[in-house]
Amino acid sequence: MAVVVQEQDARSVRIALARQTLVFGLLLLLFITAFIVSLCVGRFSVPAGRALELVWIGITDPARELTNIDERIVLLVRAPRVVLAALAGAGLAVSGAALQGVFRNPLVSPDILGISQGAAFGGALGIMLGIWGLPLIAMVFVFGLTALILVGLLSRINGRTETVTVILSGLVISSMFSAVVSLLQFIADPNTSLPAIVYWLMGSFATSTWQRTLIAAPGLIFGSLILWMLRFRLNILSLDEAEARSLGANTTRERWLVFGMIAIIVGSQVAVSGIIGWVGIVIPHAARLLVGHDHRALLPASVVLGAGFMVIIDTLARTATAAEIPLGVITALVGAPIFAVLLRNHYRERSAA
Amino acid sequence: MIGLDDATVRFGSRTIIDDLSFSVRVGRTLAILGPNGRGKTTTLKAMLGFQRLDAGRRVAPEIVGYVPQTGASNQQRHRALDIAVMGRAAHLGLFGQPRASDFEIARSALERTGAARFANHFFDRLSGGERQLVLLARAIATGSQVLVLDEPAAALDLHNQERLLRLLNILREPRNKAIVFTTHDPNHALTAADEALLMMPDGQPLHGPVSEMITPQNLDRLYGVPMRVVELAGPDGCTHHAVLPAFAGIRAA
Repeated sequence: MAVVVQEQDARSVRIALARQTLVFGLLLLLFITAFIVSLCVGRFSVPAGRALELVWIGITDPARELTNIDERIVLLVRAPRVVLAALAGAGLAVSGAALQGVFRNPLVSPDILGISQGAAFGGALGIMLGIWGLPLIAMVFVFGLTALILVGLLSRINGRTETVTVILSGLVISSMFSAVVSLLQFIADPNTSLPAIVYWLMGSFATSTWQRTLIAAPGLIFGSLILWMLRFRLNILSLDEAEARSLGANTTRERWLVFGMIAIIVGSQVAVSGIIGWVGIVIPHAARLLVGHDHRALLPASVVLGAGFMVIIDTLARTATAAEIPLGVITALVGAPIFAVLLRNHYRERSAA
Repeated sequence: MIGLDDATVRFGSRTIIDDLSFSVRVGRTLAILGPNGRGKTTTLKAMLGFQRLDAGRRVAPEIVGYVPQTGASNQQRHRALDIAVMGRAAHLGLFGQPRASDFEIARSALERTGAARFANHFFDRLSGGERQLVLLARAIATGSQVLVLDEPAAALDLHNQERLLRLLNILREPRNKAIVFTTHDPNHALTAADEALLMMPDGQPLHGPVSEMITPQNLDRLYGVPMRVVELAGPDGCTHHAVLPAFAGIRAA
């Protein structure tokens, strides 16, 4: 009897492992396909074979003079944009997954917690003051983190942090920062800084260049890498407070480490491509449905799915119509309905249990 | 060893525990007994370091194997084995990942509590009693010399209570752990503990060997209900003690 049970067990483990491998394989395939398609399509379409050849040339001989029109379009216009979109999508998705873990609530995301709005304020202020490059990123990062700290302080009542108060505090801080951003827009110079602020707030990868990609990449990669290294610890942190502490976690300090990493990721992303909502909540949920709740599988799945999703959305944004649709519009159009369904299912499950 | 040293906890103007001192050596099992609202849980939290002390200090190793009350652990969709391996977290550090040896420890802990047969099942698909076994395995996997269980029998039916008490005795047998559990049933203390801490109504808890503590006089005062201790012949012919409440003064024995 026990042997039969063990054999059945071993079989179910093998099936689960095979399923996991298949899911990751398909996600990678989706991402790679999206990446290549995005390099090919647009006003000037390039055959897939030629695009891959150009990428190969770009990697093996980066110093080469780019003379042909297709070389310049693929390597100087589309490639930095696709790489940046992929990194941003991956970073936002992994941030969302980690944040939902430490809050033990699947309905929080970086933009719900006011990080994005805080970062947006930093950026708008920076643009108005004529700051660009690394100092701008620093400003965006500092204000993103400030917003998060304010939410943390506001939601901590009698030494305890309830999820509802966190979400409501996030709402309060978000509204405050967006009000100040509106004020900045109101007083901004309509000929110079106002268009820059408005366009930037809507979120777009349209202005991507290799230089901007390289500015954002270190933060996005560093933050995501640290979160990925914390994947087992996130399993612990997503337990009940007392349980997590009894297992040796310094919950407060480790949670702030996670928050800091998320602020680095979101700050870097917002600095070069404006506010992009919804990715941080929709992608971790989809990933959870595919690979389960264990952060050791959830974080990598979120990274690949987030990168693929963002590349697809960005490709749609620049090819669906003659003019470019702001990215934030499409992610909201796709994300809000998904979020609504998730919210209902979540509470229906809760009340059924 | 785990215990408290002159510990006092106040919630506002209410003193929950007052100048409480006790300790449990490795090899001994302590049952904390008392009706609801006498500070059983507060005492437990104070021992675990989750409750700030207004005075005094706690004596405890760095990692204590803690088993929360059934239903307290949130419904994470993890496999039982992945829950048990979380017990290794303190040994792995912030960035550590569980290795094959950690899974081996987790697996043997699950075997010890009799949870090995559902090691690959999802935690939220298990019954309350099964979940408890998984959480107990996680506490064992920490490798701590101290196990603390919060109301382990509270949500269990009679059969599962019997199984839990058997398991506590199996864990007690090697005499290599200090075990503390809270309960409101003195029979649990008689069955699975060496010492009892009674949370008396006047705020002065009594601590001593089970045989001296579980007496009708103490229990009458503890619960405010007349109690009877009866002797029963066990299946092997030896006598067992059992405690019965004599509700509404009706003579139970």
